[in-house]
Amino acid sequence: MIRVQQEDFDIGAEIARLKAGRTDIGAIVTFTGTVRDQGGAVAEMTLEHYPAMTEAELARAEADANARWPLQASLVVHRYGALKPGDNIVLVATASEHRDAAFDAARFLMDYLKTRAPFWKREAGPGGSRWVEAEARDSDAASRWRLKTRAAE
Amino acid sequence: MRVLYFAWVKEKAGIASEEIEPPKGVATVAELIVWLKSRGPEYANAFERVEVIRAAIDQNHVRHDAPIAGAREIAFFPPVTGG
Repeated sequence: MIRVQQEDFDIGAEIARLKAGRTDIGAIVTFTGTVRDQGGAVAEMTLEHYPAMTEAELARAEADANARWPLQASLVVHRYGALKPGDNIVLVATASEHRDAAFDAARFLMDYLKTRAPFWKREAGPGGSRWVEAEARDSDAASRWRLKTRAAE
Repeated sequence: MRVLYFAWVKEKAGIASEEIEPPKGVATVAELIVWLKSRGPEYANAFERVEVIRAAIDQNHVRHDAPIAGAREIAFFPPVTGG
């Protein structure tokens, strides 16, 4: 399941919903991304996105993960709008019978969305504000899965 | 076709979205960028570092050599930084 929202999410509640009524799940992995203040340099982070494409890209990520691993459930929640240090940004949860698939799929989903989901971070702090630059290590991480960081390359 | 701009591309272009009718002969994303740049200094500035500009046609990532024929919505943006 994919959700793009301004509101915060409750990790415990999300996991409870994911496994409600299920007795076939043996492993749940969650990843939560949060806003860092970077030693006081960041007071606020604003996440802009491209709504129609965000939904499409996250759905593609989830479909790809489900094609690669035997998952019983998966969830991606990504926030947008104005966030503060300590706030949640993204939640990825994967459920499978055994841990390997859940760990790998969670990592895959994060690597995928880091390089393909159309979000842009703008950080503001005492030194002014700036758009965050994409990091080469994110495309390196994505290349592990033979994911192209730009389509059809 | 509708063109959308995001993040610093939007800020530099000074516009979030617009309807455009590029002249015939503008066949690819790269050619569309060249045409957009000719429309004013703010566009020239937005697309100055053309090698870092990413594009999507109808919500799918595409390369700059992709054809634009039949596109309803073309988006231009910097490399993504979500997660």
